[in-house]
Amino acid sequence: MTAASGLAVEGPERSASEWVSYLKDAILAALVAALLGLPLIGLQTYDIGGGALGIRTRFDWVAIIAAAVFAGRLALRLPQRLRHRREWSRETAFTRLAAWARRRMLPITLAGIALAVALPFLPFSSRYLIDLGTTVLIYVMLGWGLNVVVGLAGLLDLGYVAFYAVGAYTFALLARDLGFTFWEALPFSGLVAASFGVILGFPVLRLRGDYLAIVTLGFGEIIRIVLLNWSPVTGGPNGISDIPRPSFLGLPFARSAPEGVTTFHQFFGLEFSPDQRVIFIYFVILTLALVTNLFTLRLRRLPIGRAWEALREDEVACRALGINPTNVKLSAFGIGAMLGGLAGCFFATRQGFISPESFAFTESATILAIVVLGGMGSQMGVVLAAILLVTLPEFGRAFAEFRMLIFGAAMVAIMVWRPRGLLAHREPSLRLGARPSST
Amino acid sequence: MAYFLQQLINGLTLGSIYGLIAIGYTMVYGIIGMINFAHGEIYMIGAFISIIAFLVLGLAGISYVPLALALVLLTTMLFTAIYGWAVERVAYRPLRGSPRLAPLISAIGTSIFLQNYVQILQGARAKPMPPLVQGGFTVFESGGFAVRLSYLQLLIMLTTLVLMAGFTALIAATSLGRAQRACEQDMQMAALLGIDVDRVISTTFVMGAALAAVAGLMVTLYYGVVDFFIGFLAGVKAFTAAVLGGIGSLPGAVLGGVLIGLIEAFWSGYFSVEYKDVSVFVVLILVLVLRPTGLLGRPELEKV
Repeated sequence: MTAASGLAVEGPERSASEWVSYLKDAILAALVAALLGLPLIGLQTYDIGGGALGIRTRFDWVAIIAAAVFAGRLALRLPQRLRHRREWSRETAFTRLAAWARRRMLPITLAGIALAVALPFLPFSSRYLIDLGTTVLIYVMLGWGLNVVVGLAGLLDLGYVAFYAVGAYTFALLARDLGFTFWEALPFSGLVAASFGVILGFPVLRLRGDYLAIVTLGFGEIIRIVLLNWSPVTGGPNGISDIPRPSFLGLPFARSAPEGVTTFHQFFGLEFSPDQRVIFIYFVILTLALVTNLFTLRLRRLPIGRAWEALREDEVACRALGINPTNVKLSAFGIGAMLGGLAGCFFATRQGFISPESFAFTESATILAIVVLGGMGSQMGVVLAAILLVTLPEFGRAFAEFRMLIFGAAMVAIMVWRPRGLLAHREPSLRLGARPSST
Repeated sequence: MAYFLQQLINGLTLGSIYGLIAIGYTMVYGIIGMINFAHGEIYMIGAFISIIAFLVLGLAGISYVPLALALVLLTTMLFTAIYGWAVERVAYRPLRGSPRLAPLISAIGTSIFLQNYVQILQGARAKPMPPLVQGGFTVFESGGFAVRLSYLQLLIMLTTLVLMAGFTALIAATSLGRAQRACEQDMQMAALLGIDVDRVISTTFVMGAALAAVAGLMVTLYYGVVDFFIGFLAGVKAFTAAVLGGIGSLPGAVLGGVLIGLIEAFWSGYFSVEYKDVSVFVVLILVLVLRPTGLLGRPELEKV
């Protein structure tokens, strides 16, 4: 990279040769872009009927993209030059922001919670906004749950969505076959998901890093394939519909209630409005998410939480100090899975319909991306990343087909820009002596 | 018996394709110790480029099959290799030396990006490809059930064997291979001794992508249909193959690929097609639990 060359450059004549090198670099980048674009952008296949394909050309697109890459590459280099002159970079700006956020943790948290509570009652809020808020909060909760496994215990889990699915299907099956309501089923969803977490945990305890990632990915896919093919129980690809909605202390949200049941709006003497249920659901997930947060924050201060972090930093040392890695890892898996299961239960009641489609690998990737983009182990980072990743595709709705494209590109860009996550926070909660060099 | 033999042949063919993709995983993992999650998409891109190349050749009026195959093979390998290079340059190189998870997330992002990129550009519908290499011979016949080995299947297996042998020799005997092995052992030391580490890693990605392109071409010819989603599952299976064979070993990758192909073929043949992917994942979990170094891998010492 030319970052180093920018330091020594002074005087106009060096500057000129530097410009030439920038130009060369940008031309090369444009050339590569043109070559990349030639087969896939420049030539498009299309059906001409009868199972045959025709081909049409779009070389103008390739030229436009190559030109854009040329300009972009050049533009990217300019701030690099300026950065060294002015001793300024986005990197340090964001690091400062993160440090500031860490110092003012309490007021920011309180303000955030106050905003979240007030959201449905703000003048500009709409049903769409509350729905979006609910989705964000589901991902926040999932992110906090996965954070226990990935951020605290350092176990890379690419199949987290499996537990989300188990929680959702547990509730759906309990409701369909045994007539459970949301509140009755919630603990069971958590329990079943937790036991799945432990079941998965057992065989993979010995694995490290990437191997663990690929096995958990496989586990997630197994769950999805079973849900898809075990039609008599799970309904196969059609899923399960008519999942009951949550009630407020036994008061359902409905325009008219069956015999002997008082509805929410009758009980409180309000005008019926479908928004009441939407707002209530929003508050349910807000409560669940906050409880999750409180729960994990407390866990961090317990011996078990300390053991997770110790294990993340150095497994061999842990073993030498008498920590049993088996129990520690299993508890992390189990608790992470339980939180995922609770979120899944909520997801089922919110949607009223679930199918295996909702639990594909992309979901796992999104949740993991939220944890890592936010900065591993940072609770606030998860919130920030969840807001970013959920609302980003919403902005892209206007050009819907590009949503996932932008999503993928954004994941790469954020990682390249801040490899430790937006609000990197990986310091151990407890430390003796000076800070060692972090990994 | 005849049914068994037929499944064996099908499994070997499928396994050869997995093996070719697995080589890319094993080489990259060997050097930089990360799962190149986007490798499955590179294979998918290879398959698309091969279809497009066939169409262009068809327009150009080249109809002599061996010539067309050779030309398509070369163009596909070339263009897919550029994709492999670009992915490394854009998504992985800036992240070298950052926390372990960062390149993985970047790889997953790349994978999502490439999938949607191809979907938007070439459409979401599956692309058909008329059969090009036809014919074959009957290996064995019993009770009215003929075991067929098509020329295409033979071609796929032979190509895989030749490429495996060639690349193994390349790593064992050339200076590039030596540099790769040096980087695999100790990247810093290799850099100190004058090896351009970035260049070696780029070359590794280019080689892996070129092999994935061959696999993409083969799968296009074999199944006659390609869509933008084939990369994910093939990628996971090929990675399983690489792990099964032992990360870092090229013959191991092909062996693992063949085993995965056989398991899949026999499982679909004798049990149920719906759960064939489950069988692969179960194998993956079992191998990692019982023999984490794989069949031909070296044991890895845990450093304190």
